[in-house]
Amino acid sequence: MSELLLSILRIGFLIALWWFVLTVVSVLRRDLQAPRDAKPLTPARSGKRPSPRPTLRARKTSTQLVIVEGALTGTAVPLGSSPIIIGRAPDATIVLDDDFVSTHHARLTPNGNHWMVEDLGSTNGTWIDRTRVTTPTVFRPGTQLRIGRTSMELSS
Amino acid sequence: MSETLNRYRVSTRRSAELALLVGAWLIGVFAWILVDSATGETSLGGWTSLLSAGVLLLITHGVVRWQAPYADPLLLPSVAALNMLGLAMIHRLDIAAAQRAISNGSPMPTPDVYLQLTWMLVGLVAFMLVLSFVGDHRRLQRFTFTAGFAGIALLFLPLLPFIGSEVNGARLWINFLGFTFQPGELAKVALTIFFAGFLVTRRHSLALVHKKILGVGVPRAKDVGPLLLVWFAALLVLILERDLGTSLLLFGLFIVMLYVATGRRSWVLIGGSLLTVGGGLAYQAFGHVRVRFDVWLDPFADANGSGFQIVQSLYGFANGGIFGTGWGQGYPQLVPFAKTDFITSALGEELGLMGMIAILLLFAIVVERGARAAVATRDPFGNLLAIGLTTVIGLQTFIVIGGVTRLVPLTGLTTPFLSYGGSSLVANYIIIALLIRISNAARAPEVTDAELVLRQDGEGND
Repeated sequence: MSELLLSILRIGFLIALWWFVLTVVSVLRRDLQAPRDAKPLTPARSGKRPSPRPTLRARKTSTQLVIVEGALTGTAVPLGSSPIIIGRAPDATIVLDDDFVSTHHARLTPNGNHWMVEDLGSTNGTWIDRTRVTTPTVFRPGTQLRIGRTSMELSS
Repeated sequence: MSETLNRYRVSTRRSAELALLVGAWLIGVFAWILVDSATGETSLGGWTSLLSAGVLLLITHGVVRWQAPYADPLLLPSVAALNMLGLAMIHRLDIAAAQRAISNGSPMPTPDVYLQLTWMLVGLVAFMLVLSFVGDHRRLQRFTFTAGFAGIALLFLPLLPFIGSEVNGARLWINFLGFTFQPGELAKVALTIFFAGFLVTRRHSLALVHKKILGVGVPRAKDVGPLLLVWFAALLVLILERDLGTSLLLFGLFIVMLYVATGRRSWVLIGGSLLTVGGGLAYQAFGHVRVRFDVWLDPFADANGSGFQIVQSLYGFANGGIFGTGWGQGYPQLVPFAKTDFITSALGEELGLMGMIAILLLFAIVVERGARAAVATRDPFGNLLAIGLTTVIGLQTFIVIGGVTRLVPLTGLTTPFLSYGGSSLVANYIIIALLIRISNAARAPEVTDAELVLRQDGEGND
């Protein structure tokens, strides 16, 4: 084989190798951005895979609790008409594995068309924005509920 | 449990994995063709080997689709690309060895690439078995102490008479049914499982419970005892076997896992100072350690003796330059052990700096994906196991490539996925299978996740 062809192939191989690596990197980038682009799973979209708890999903309330900071960031919990318990215990609705969270840390209760936050005697406190929750307090959309290292917000 | 956690739907990217896997295979085929055309070799056997490697990779992809549909799509193609590059380089060095045998009139050496291909097959089968039988990585936590004992036993095996065998002053191999196997490679997987399982139950007490002795907080013996026992046993065996690379690897793994489990920087400081003291003592006590150090500081002092290998390797990199000499056109066979420890020097010569950066990026991607699986997974055991396994691959790559390029003292280790050596390949495929299993748990959407959380809590871990 001629020298010229060999050196073209030599560079060609490096280009192929780099093309592969850059393709991997681009998939990696898309993968990192995915949660931003992806839409939350709604009942209509999940038609292919039947939801195991259709009764709760189908409730008229469209509000959900979105975790915006902490280990479970990006998780959305649909809010029904029953109270929600946040804590470290296995029987809590939202289980937070965090040393700063008490076993049964706080309770969210629906009251008319808003949600109430109640601290269940936690060690490190429940906070809405900068204020510590001492008595049942209204949790409004746009404010942040902080429990341990986790922050969450209401969204429709 | 009233409501279920509702996660965002994320594409599983299985098709991207398939496409990249085909790309990785094509890179290997391209390299193989270039080797054959540059050296004027046309071996028909090569084509059947390449095809079987491709078919095997496709089957593996199918098993991932079936067993871990949400798994990370980049781990498998990245390591497949590295494996294919390694195969091509071993094939290229086989040809060099054959040509030298012809010119010397000595008997033809048996090519190593077919054995390596067989090991790739064994590795991928091990990958598929691990993925199929370890349905939930949390099950492994039950085998914490079993894994600890198994790890130590595996490390001890080469010291036994009859089956243990010594190569180049290091007693790391066992002979079994005509195969040689390096049990230390599997031991590092077992010990990672042990460290993860042990630390996950003790991490809080390790970080918080102290007895003050001379003003310094010392963890309770109950918390730290078994850990130190296993670790000292591991280091003792490795000193007896003269395996510096694996001792360094296990030491680093231990420090990283302690740091991740407790979140205390003091462990890193303690580890660093222990390493310095240990290194100093080893330098005084062992001749082979002193040789390694002196060669690292000045390889040209004895360029034809103890420094020969590293000097040849440096010349190889220099000869390769930025774009390399091209497949089959350099002289990587001049470096002793080019197929095993020094395969990066061979690749650096023929692919140049550009090729080396691409290869290092592939390793970096594997490490990034492993760390990502560790961060994304919810259970603490999975976190620790994934970060430990990722550390094994990352640290091993650093120790060996750093050694070959004279960044750190040279300690014999195989380059993951590239080097000739079956035990290393099989162990590393098992590591990737476990990482894929953990990433599958981390990336699986809603129901599966909620069920996992439930099941974890039901087991009452931690």
